[in-house]
Amino acid sequence: MATLLQHPGYEEEKLQKVAEKLLCREIQAGMLLLLMGNPQQYSYPSVFIYGHRSSGKSHLMHILLQELELPHATISCVECVSVALLFEQVLLSLFGCDAASLLPRSPSLSDFVRIYRQQCAQSPAKQTRYIVMEKAELLRDMDANLLPVFLRLQELVEDNVTVILLSEIVWDKFRPNTGCFEPLLLHFPDYSKGELQQILSKDCHPSYSAEFYSSYIKILLGVFYSVCRDLRELRHLAALNFSKFCEPLEEGKVKESDTHKLWRNIEPHLKKAMQTVYLREVSSIQWEEMQQMEEKETGAVRGLSAHTHVELPYYSKFLLIAAYLASYNPARTDKRFFLKHHGKIRKTNFLKKHEKTSNHLLGPKPFPLDRLLAIFYSVVDSRVAPTASIFSQISSLVTLHLLTQVGHDDQLDVPKFKCAISMDFICAISRTVNFDIVRYLYDFL
Amino acid sequence: MSTSSVSKGCFVFKPTAKKKKKKTLGLEDYFIHGCEGDENRELRFKLCQDLWDKIKTDTEVLQDELNRKILDSLLDFTRKYSSTRQHSAEDWASRMRASEIPTAALVLGVNVPDHDMTFQSLSELLQQTVTPYVASVQAKECGALKHLIQRVLERLMGTVVSVDDEEAEHISTQHHKSVHCSLSTLCDWYNTKTKKSSTPGKKRSCPVGDQQQQQPPVVIIFKDLEAFNPKVLQAFILICSRYVEQLPLMFIFGIATSPSTIQHMLPHSVSSLLCIELFQSLSCTQHLATVIDKLILTPHFPFKLSSKVLQVLISIFLYHDFSVRNFIKGVQLALLEHFHSQPLSVLCCKKKEAMFNVTQLSHLDLERVRQLASFRRYVENQEPQEQVKLLMDDTHLQEVCQKLIKGLHKYHKNYYPVLRSLHTLTSSLPRYPLGKQIRELHLLCLEKNIWENEDYQSAMKLLGLLAKDELVASLQRCAEILEQVKSKKMKNAHVQLQDLLAKFKQLDQSSDETAANGEEITSSVKSLQKKTDLFHLQKTLLEMKESRRFKKLSPFEILRNEALEFMDALVRCHLSPPESQTLNEVCYYSSSVVVRHHLNATPRTSIQAALSSPYHYLQNDSLKTEDGTVSNTAPDICIVYKLHLECGRLINLYDWLQAYATVVCAAEGNDPDSDNFGKVDEIKHVRFIQAVSELEFLGFIKSTRQKTDHVARLTWGGC
Repeated sequence: MATLLQHPGYEEEKLQKVAEKLLCREIQAGMLLLLMGNPQQYSYPSVFIYGHRSSGKSHLMHILLQELELPHATISCVECVSVALLFEQVLLSLFGCDAASLLPRSPSLSDFVRIYRQQCAQSPAKQTRYIVMEKAELLRDMDANLLPVFLRLQELVEDNVTVILLSEIVWDKFRPNTGCFEPLLLHFPDYSKGELQQILSKDCHPSYSAEFYSSYIKILLGVFYSVCRDLRELRHLAALNFSKFCEPLEEGKVKESDTHKLWRNIEPHLKKAMQTVYLREVSSIQWEEMQQMEEKETGAVRGLSAHTHVELPYYSKFLLIAAYLASYNPARTDKRFFLKHHGKIRKTNFLKKHEKTSNHLLGPKPFPLDRLLAIFYSVVDSRVAPTASIFSQISSLVTLHLLTQVGHDDQLDVPKFKCAISMDFICAISRTVNFDIVRYLYDFL
Repeated sequence: MSTSSVSKGCFVFKPTAKKKKKKTLGLEDYFIHGCEGDENRELRFKLCQDLWDKIKTDTEVLQDELNRKILDSLLDFTRKYSSTRQHSAEDWASRMRASEIPTAALVLGVNVPDHDMTFQSLSELLQQTVTPYVASVQAKECGALKHLIQRVLERLMGTVVSVDDEEAEHISTQHHKSVHCSLSTLCDWYNTKTKKSSTPGKKRSCPVGDQQQQQPPVVIIFKDLEAFNPKVLQAFILICSRYVEQLPLMFIFGIATSPSTIQHMLPHSVSSLLCIELFQSLSCTQHLATVIDKLILTPHFPFKLSSKVLQVLISIFLYHDFSVRNFIKGVQLALLEHFHSQPLSVLCCKKKEAMFNVTQLSHLDLERVRQLASFRRYVENQEPQEQVKLLMDDTHLQEVCQKLIKGLHKYHKNYYPVLRSLHTLTSSLPRYPLGKQIRELHLLCLEKNIWENEDYQSAMKLLGLLAKDELVASLQRCAEILEQVKSKKMKNAHVQLQDLLAKFKQLDQSSDETAANGEEITSSVKSLQKKTDLFHLQKTLLEMKESRRFKKLSPFEILRNEALEFMDALVRCHLSPPESQTLNEVCYYSSSVVVRHHLNATPRTSIQAALSSPYHYLQNDSLKTEDGTVSNTAPDICIVYKLHLECGRLINLYDWLQAYATVVCAAEGNDPDSDNFGKVDEIKHVRFIQAVSELEFLGFIKSTRQKTDHVARLTWGGC
């Protein structure tokens, strides 16, 4: 594998080190090295690397630049809440803090370029400087000129600098419509099962043999590979469940080599982990505690989604019910449900074509405040004065995300809402107030 | 300051400093202003203030106690994580998941106004015991990511952090050193801080182990998770997870609805960075029950709420907001109103003080006492001689008043224990005839004589069917309640109850007797089996039935009836409604209308009332009209409103204007037959336009594009 990582511009020793640390990414690393060329030569102005989450993009760049001791700046775009911060970080890691302090308050791009040139003249580049930008997709949301400028920064500052953009999104989604310099594209494919096995086996527990850990990883991948290929996540799961895997070994029941027995022991356990820890229903520490408590009362810790019950004031419940009815019933049917002498309406004749499909499949529809209140007053069993607190309850339901407001433009002029809760939720709510909601739903007539 | 200028314009005149020197009114001045009864208002204000202070501190203590459990578990949580961090270097497993941020999901319920206090005490406790670095943020101050980071930094570091370009200039003028708004700044700051604090001397006094103190966690509290912008939150968590190795971060999410909102707000890629643990707080209904128990169902506070006021407060709680804080605010309002409007409230205080205050009552006050409904009833029941004395002799009245006040205090002293014991007896009955909560029973008792209530009678019947062990257990509990009271009557009652209980115990020992009794019956059944004749059979069956009806009650049944009679007597003696007590007006606040008016406002109804009957607010005699009509001298907007009620969904503006002009002309006293009548002149036109735009502002109409010269109505219904 070391054969792949060969380049006359860099020392053999260092390349060897890099190769050791980069598992299963030799092809990509070699490609990058070729692109980078000799350190003192100019490199391509911008490179765009994309690949799924935890496919080794940042890791590879980090190792490569660190081990080969190249001047570089690594920036995560999530952190840069303002452009100033971005510029500052670039200057700081390339030229030191003196340069960063030269930036004026709220700098513009030209300020940045000016100071870069100034610094560059003081300390001209002996080798290519690299600017690595992680999560580059966020650059799109910043100033419109930022991305095009970074793509051809080399030209602008007249320095031997290469910008490397890392992203999980393909380049096609980046291209601004005014056109820009096209970077070189490099794709990192997902790790295969074998590669995952190889990588995961590396962080072996110090007190066990490598083969033992590797067999454990094999079992783990057998269970989880079908649902999750995220390396980070798998590593996390491996760490959590390893102690359980070792349990029979510690008790002296089986030997390390007896993989079948070990498998039989761990498999149901892993399946359970898939439903809880993987979905973050319970935290990892709770999971470990559960393992220690063991069979006594495993049902004790319930997951996050098990708690769906919400206590609400009486009228809030009815407001929610009214909102649900308004969202899922066609407005024309209100008369049928809420007037005493509505006459018979045949479902089939009455319907327009598009209403024949189930409203629950189509999702909630927006409704005006008036309709909500009209339904509310006919649904609630006692006379309710239209007090200020009724209205404030509506807005607090919105902040609790039980209702959503549609169209934020005008608050005074007939605000519209949508009901954002599920059928199960509303059924549970209406049961507590003895309201048979199904009788009022058009879909269930 | 000259305003001579070539062009027209607006000029701002800043108020001169002199004007500001106006004497600021204190609380007392506000209270005294417009207060009923001049002489003792300062005293009443003082009493009111003292009482409120006591209520406030008591409720705060109560809240702390209620929250103790959950706060303790949260503290444990933070300690646990900060200690595992210390060991993580050695432990293989915890090293593997070091990048997770420990997060406590704290489910608090929908009563958002109450949460502030909880978070307040939580952050105080954290600062005292675990870590000095606690920052709490609210959604409304963190619209964008940079603001969130800015708030967090500011609260942790105590310095001003610059974010925006406009703000920057303001800040640079201040002498604070402004820093860049990023987490790396925080990281550096934290490192210097922790290094500094490890040198002895400058340490904060933390009763935690030394090892932990080296790296106290940085806790960030998100007070209202639901209201946060999910994008902002996600980005913030992503950033934090990059620093978690250097910075021991920890989150606390305050959740109002259910924990699954976390999953709705955060995608898996973000929530996998968190290590979430769930904490559930006490439900607000339980909280209210405790507050009522400690605040209302106690003789310690002389101030009382009548049934209607209490009903209003409780229904606001149950129907509208679930907020205990608002409930206590309601009590405060009632308290203020009572002391403000009732001059005799000087007597609403501790017994000793009240005794003294009675002697200080002026003639005017004593006249007020004579006018009290309860006092008049009292007078009517006295001898004629005494009646004259009561009505004429002030000193005699003072003495009687002292006696009556004493009686009132005694009444309260006995009322609550009896109420509680009745509740313990009835709360276990099926279908809860007298309510599940003690507050329901209390409301029933406040309204009228409880023993005349049907539910009470059915509850007593049900109690008459109770099995022995249940009855004895609840009687035992009643005895415990009565035991704690230091009043003669309750002591007596306790002794009697103990006797009864002792008898029940004796019954256990003499159970052999009952067994013998049973034998009697079985023997008669046996004799029944012998006879085969139908006539005889019928006869014996009838006999048996008779004998069963008039059968001597078993000793247990006798005892049970005795016990129930005893309880019934207690109830009849002590649970009479407060209206029956003389001078109850001194302690009881009863105007529920005022409370409802203040706490549960109805803006829409008031606007409609103002528009449809302007006399209601303006109190001008010329506006007085019969029902449903508006005088033509009413304000323009009222006339316009009245006219618009007669229209359909769309209103023709021109017709409207014509109608308006006719009405106004009539008001001006123009001759209806003259040519000018109903003509629209410039002034009328302007007045009309103004009135219409006022209506639009109030939300009754809006402009529409459906038809030219028309406006749409936004309300339905007409005259």
